[in-house]
Amino acid sequence: MADALLTLRAVTLGFAGNTVLQSVNFDVAAGSISSLIGPNGAGKTSLFNCITGFYKPQQGRIDFAGTPLVPLKPFQVTRTGIARTFQNLRLFRQMSVLENVMSGQHCRTKAGAIGAILHLPSQQREEREIRDRAAACLRLVGIAEEEWQREATTLAYGHQRRVEIARALATEPKLLLLDEPAAGLTKGEKQELIALIARIRDERKIAVLLIEHDTGLVMTISERVSVLDHGLMIAEGTPKEIQSNPRVIEAYLGAEDAEAALAL
Amino acid sequence: MSLANLLAQQLVNGLVLGSFYALVALGYTMVFGVVKLLNFAHGDLYMVGAFVGFLAFSAVAGLVGPGWFGVAAAILLSMIAVGFLGVVIERIAYAPMLKAPRLSILITALAVSLVLQNAVLTLTNGQILPFSPKLGFAGINLGGVFINYKQIVLAGTAALLMIGLELFVSRTQYGRAMRAVSVDKDMCELMGIDVNRVIAVTFFVGTALAAAAGTMAGAYYGSIWYFMGFLIGLKAFTAAVIGGIGSIPGAMLGGLVLGLLEAFGTTIPGVGSEWKDVFSFSVLILVLVFKPTGLLGKSEQERM
Amino acid sequence: MALEPGSPGPQSVVARPSAWGGLTAILDTPAKRSTAIVVLLAVMIAIPLLPLASTPYVTTILINALLYTILALGLNIVVGYAGLLDLGYAAFFAVGAYTVGILTTTFGWTFWEAIPVAVLAAMLAGLIIGGPTLRLRSDYLAIVTLGFGEIVRITARNLQITGAASGIFGIEQPWLFGWHIHTQTDFYYVFLGLVIVGILVSARLASSRLGRAWLYVRHDEDAAEAMGINRTRVKLAAYVIGAIYGAIGGAFFAVNFTAISPQSFSFQQSTLFLMAVILGGMGKIPGVILGAFIVVLGPELLRDLGSFRYLVFAVGLLLIMLFRPSGIWPVRSR
Repeated sequence: MADALLTLRAVTLGFAGNTVLQSVNFDVAAGSISSLIGPNGAGKTSLFNCITGFYKPQQGRIDFAGTPLVPLKPFQVTRTGIARTFQNLRLFRQMSVLENVMSGQHCRTKAGAIGAILHLPSQQREEREIRDRAAACLRLVGIAEEEWQREATTLAYGHQRRVEIARALATEPKLLLLDEPAAGLTKGEKQELIALIARIRDERKIAVLLIEHDTGLVMTISERVSVLDHGLMIAEGTPKEIQSNPRVIEAYLGAEDAEAALAL
Repeated sequence: MSLANLLAQQLVNGLVLGSFYALVALGYTMVFGVVKLLNFAHGDLYMVGAFVGFLAFSAVAGLVGPGWFGVAAAILLSMIAVGFLGVVIERIAYAPMLKAPRLSILITALAVSLVLQNAVLTLTNGQILPFSPKLGFAGINLGGVFINYKQIVLAGTAALLMIGLELFVSRTQYGRAMRAVSVDKDMCELMGIDVNRVIAVTFFVGTALAAAAGTMAGAYYGSIWYFMGFLIGLKAFTAAVIGGIGSIPGAMLGGLVLGLLEAFGTTIPGVGSEWKDVFSFSVLILVLVFKPTGLLGKSEQERM
Repeated sequence: MALEPGSPGPQSVVARPSAWGGLTAILDTPAKRSTAIVVLLAVMIAIPLLPLASTPYVTTILINALLYTILALGLNIVVGYAGLLDLGYAAFFAVGAYTVGILTTTFGWTFWEAIPVAVLAAMLAGLIIGGPTLRLRSDYLAIVTLGFGEIVRITARNLQITGAASGIFGIEQPWLFGWHIHTQTDFYYVFLGLVIVGILVSARLASSRLGRAWLYVRHDEDAAEAMGINRTRVKLAAYVIGAIYGAIGGAFFAVNFTAISPQSFSFQQSTLFLMAVILGGMGKIPGVILGAFIVVLGPELLRDLGSFRYLVFAVGLLLIMLFRPSGIWPVRSR
């Protein structure tokens, strides 16, 4: 893909003798909505972890808008413009919804100890900006203002997932990585999620990459789908292409069932 | 004394010292393996072991005499009694804290350590108590190096205990369960292993080893006091880290290495006994900064 | 839920600092608030007048309590805000005291010339020790800080320039614009001033971007890092700021007693500072003040128990960790 926002080339990752990712090539275009799917244990979250700097691949390159990501620490990766949510929801405990989202603004601001102690006008102005931007993110994901002072982990599950997205948005990313954002959501909430992802892309011009198991959601919203199986990228294409790809079906169902499914 | 003799003598000293460090380090490493906690109170359990051993020795000296049998009985009694104390502490203080934030359990361990120290401080009024079994000064002479029987027997006992531990870990069911729990506790729970029981046994064994070391050290150096656990705790921790925290052979190796380093370190001109501890702490900090997995530890990539 | 991008900034949005331990939540009725104001005014009038009404002995104890308050506020930033277990805080206390002691007695500097150097020395020590070690897991960090504390104490005990085991004595007490600070009453006001400044600085930090960063890193380091926060730099900031508090406390301690020795900077001292932070309520300013006073006044009140009183403290700490880990100060519920 020419001029892709994020490119992975020959990324290989192993732990203690297990190969988790094998020579993976992968692209994400700016402003696109793509999905990464595959059976459990395929290595999808590990791929996210490589992109965001939590795992270091043994081989390969990862480039984002011209910057090589592999040598960077996770906080540096976020500063280049990639933000993520977590499979198991990792909101900051004992802190409010608003404080959680404000954390995303840390890397975009700079007031330090001196500014804080002396209450400089520049620091006060920055504090207001942090709160305003966090508030804007919360409004974008649809969390009512009454909820903002509540302890984040006391919210309803679906709302917590949205707060985590708002938090990631507060880092002002160009690429948003969502790790199973629909897990545990009701049907109605999934519809809202689809609308939210579209809104994020349209209003903020952010590219979105999802890991998801809900194939219906994936096929509805994605422009491109990539399929990972046992660390190998086995297929890439539009949702339609992927749905009829025999290798993909085989990966999900196993060889015999795949034959039966294709014969239908 | 020629240089070779001096070094050989220090070799002996280092090995004896190292075997004490190893015994205590084993407790640290075993407990760390199953509950991923550095039991800050471990050094103080060594100290309590010394005191209980001393009491046991005084009690049985009337029966079996103040010699080797008395010491052996003292070691055994101390191991059992203080081993149980270790389990009690684990049940009361640590078990409820395992789900709490990390900081809380660390402070709790510190609190336990302080309680033990201050309890003994109060009981003894801070005095150093002499612990002198009649073990004599006889020994053997190996080419100009004098090794007394105390050193041989104590190092030998330590070696026996370590062999016993190795057999326990590799041959028995509890030992296997212990290793399994240290690799993946949640999986063990799912597989029906009584994790709480395994943890309790681990604490018992680890504490018993420290108690044995305490009693032996008390008898060897001839005195015990409430603060003796502090330094040994830190040194044993250093030993466990050098060998690789979580690794049982690592703790044994680390203990010996540290004992030898210290013994030889004092022969370096300029490094007198006042700087000995600074030397050990510096080793600790350097190891943690540059090679936190130690000699035999595994490099752990944390799974996100 | 209406979503309007570009809507005006919220006036009602406030990220409330947690440093005050929910005082505003406890004082929720007008009656309670008026009582609190009256009590506060009474206390504010009484505090400066205390030394005139007390014996020198009592004033000394109050000074000690104020000193512990300063140090506990500093350690609170490290332990209570950033969540780093520091078992060697006395090292910074020592650096401050010894720097002032050495510069004023051996080199003839004035106190006011020496104190910036003391602060810089502590900051440097914090950077050197903290830089490579703050990224370690919390258990290891605790032991490393303990080791550092011991290294500083043993070094002070061994070197000639620090007076070896007997320490330094004859430290000159400072002059400030014609006021010779040398009586206990003088020092009472000095330490009171330091405590007030310490509280303000602590509160400002808690409600700032840096204060929030400490909480994020403390609650979930990896998630904080994923949000773009450099966890090591944030931890280092806490550690160094704590060092500054320690050094200032140590510097004034040195001129108050005019003599310092290695015994004052032992591991026991570090644990007392830690107890002050935890007993009253870790992370909350009123709790830390309460804890400092408990740690200083407690042994005085329990003097008859002899060495038993430290056991009482240790058991108290254990009980608090098991039953009320947030400390004595009441936790506000949201």
